[in-house]
Amino acid sequence: MLRFIVRRLLQLIPILLGLSVLLFAWLRALPGGPAQAALGERATPEAIARYNELFGLDEPLYVQYFRFLGRAVQLDFGNSTQYGRPVTDVFLERFPGTIELTLLAMVFAIGVGIPLGYLAARRHGSFLDSASVIGSLIGVAIPVFFLAYLLRLLFAVELGWLPGSGRQDVRIDATRITNFYVLDGLLTREWDAAWDAVMHLVLPAIALGTIPLAIIVRITRASVLDVVNEDYVRTANAKGLAMATVRRRHIVRNALLPVSTTIGLQTGLLLSGAVLTETVFAFGGVGSTLYDAIRLRDFAVLQGFILMLAVVYVLVNLLVDISYGLLDPRVRVR
Amino acid sequence: MSPLQAPVLEVEDLAVRFTRRGEQPTLAVDGVSFSVAPGETIGLVGESGCGKSVTSLAIMGLLPRRGVEVTGSVRFDGNDLVDAPDHVLRGLRGADMGMVFQDPLSSLNPTVPIGTQVTEVLLEHRQMSKAEARDEATRLLDRVGIPDPGRRLKEYPHQLSGGMRQRALIAMALACAPRLLIADEPTTALDVTIQAQILELLRELVVDSGTALVMITHDLGVVAGLCDRVHVMYAGKIIETADRHDLFARPRQPYTGGLLASVPRLDSARGAPLTPIRGSARDAIPWAEGCAFAPRCDNAQDDCLTEVSGSTVPLVPDGPGRELRCRHPLEHPSAPSGATASGAAR
Repeated sequence: MLRFIVRRLLQLIPILLGLSVLLFAWLRALPGGPAQAALGERATPEAIARYNELFGLDEPLYVQYFRFLGRAVQLDFGNSTQYGRPVTDVFLERFPGTIELTLLAMVFAIGVGIPLGYLAARRHGSFLDSASVIGSLIGVAIPVFFLAYLLRLLFAVELGWLPGSGRQDVRIDATRITNFYVLDGLLTREWDAAWDAVMHLVLPAIALGTIPLAIIVRITRASVLDVVNEDYVRTANAKGLAMATVRRRHIVRNALLPVSTTIGLQTGLLLSGAVLTETVFAFGGVGSTLYDAIRLRDFAVLQGFILMLAVVYVLVNLLVDISYGLLDPRVRVR
Repeated sequence: MSPLQAPVLEVEDLAVRFTRRGEQPTLAVDGVSFSVAPGETIGLVGESGCGKSVTSLAIMGLLPRRGVEVTGSVRFDGNDLVDAPDHVLRGLRGADMGMVFQDPLSSLNPTVPIGTQVTEVLLEHRQMSKAEARDEATRLLDRVGIPDPGRRLKEYPHQLSGGMRQRALIAMALACAPRLLIADEPTTALDVTIQAQILELLRELVVDSGTALVMITHDLGVVAGLCDRVHVMYAGKIIETADRHDLFARPRQPYTGGLLASVPRLDSARGAPLTPIRGSARDAIPWAEGCAFAPRCDNAQDDCLTEVSGSTVPLVPDGPGRELRCRHPLEHPSAPSGATASGAAR
């Protein structure tokens, strides 16, 4: 088990090296540099040259790359050109927001998706079944930014039931410890701050959770339909077990194996930043930060964030593989 | 030849029809009748697709409700099960009626330890604490010949060998000492040496506990080793019934004769061709049109067809303890047909 984990972590090294080269080359190939973005369209060539010199952008690419690499291994990704602060600080401030958002989105997707998929399979061919299949098709097909925009317009702007932007009401002066706003509120016993942070998560979480929800419904449904026809379910019935036992122990347990893989992969995807959703809701997570960084050619933030998110993605996948072994004894890692 | 006891199971005129919307219904089992008494073993024999497995599932009430029509009667202890509600069937299954399936790997839940799969039957049907159930499960695994049962309880199906898995399945089926055990090709997926062990185990159980055993198989070797009476099925109907010894000594239905002749024999000349039945079960014609086996039968004549004879081929008594559905049966001049030698067979 330990060897398995170590091997997977060692695989991170080539992944990150390759990614950093690609990233570095890609960013420099973008039209307009950070100087242009920072100084505006009418900046004089002298001002741009001066800016580049100041930030070391006038040196040959390979020099820039190796200097970047040397610092990156010490978790120093330089200073953000738009915030004037270390990238790592910005990341630690923004990533907790994305984690909170992802968690709530996945709770929504799992909490609704698994029961719905199961019911659809149980009533195979019924109205509920057809509705769930069509509904999940729509859920996958609808553009996230469009759904996010609709939700915001309806529930935040028109009805005013929920906040439509940000992570916390500006009138609340909350104490920050971990930058997980909900957790901070609970730790400091500032209940109103915690509640307010949760409310700010609701709409973006629904927008973000829709695609995972649709996928989970479909996979759960298909998987239950498969498992119901398995020989071991027939055996369980031949043993005269109560229907509830057959469902819980023999149907649901096995049907959830493929679902758990989906959940893991989707969680990894959401964690690497919901650019569209976060932008619509002006939610200060990694997604909207990435969006701003691209717009303002903030190379340091892009490089640092994307590399750190790659690490997160690999770690989440590792976690998924380990948990899969707990669920399915056949693939248990020895 | 059955022991003089009231039968545990009486199947009468059982028919199973699969209906699908927009399609002609398929009659998988058609007018099947037989009974089993305590301590007796009967065989349902036939090729794949002849309806023997569907018969067993119909008895257990394990066929899906949708798209399946079961008629006739299945009396267990005199109570009809065909229209019995689900909770009654669940009360009987596992407790009074056990079933062992063909493929032990797919018939066991891969994500649940063997022990739980044994104890869940006990906990469902008997008033037992978890600890008692665990002790009983250990005893059961030991009884079916699984070494080191305490350790095996914690293992998962994929950690057991094929023979061990089948033993575990048998342990589950026997957990509550059922009075009827249905074994659906229990040895098909196993090595020959393991097959013999499993058959021996089943035989001991019948002898020791007086369980009535319905053995479903296509393997005449299994029949020879285990069954008291044999019902040969073809295209959903029973075509010949006889005591084991009579059947092997003097098969009357040409199909039964063909089955026996197609078994490879050690005493035939090396390189001598095997004698298969020509055609395949797919060549069967509907019973309404005549004998379903006629297209493959060497004895077939014009009156095997309903068109010529004016009636379908009936199942009629054919000497003591025998029944036959055939207009032109095989003749055995050495011993007059119908004479019983079954006493010697037992």
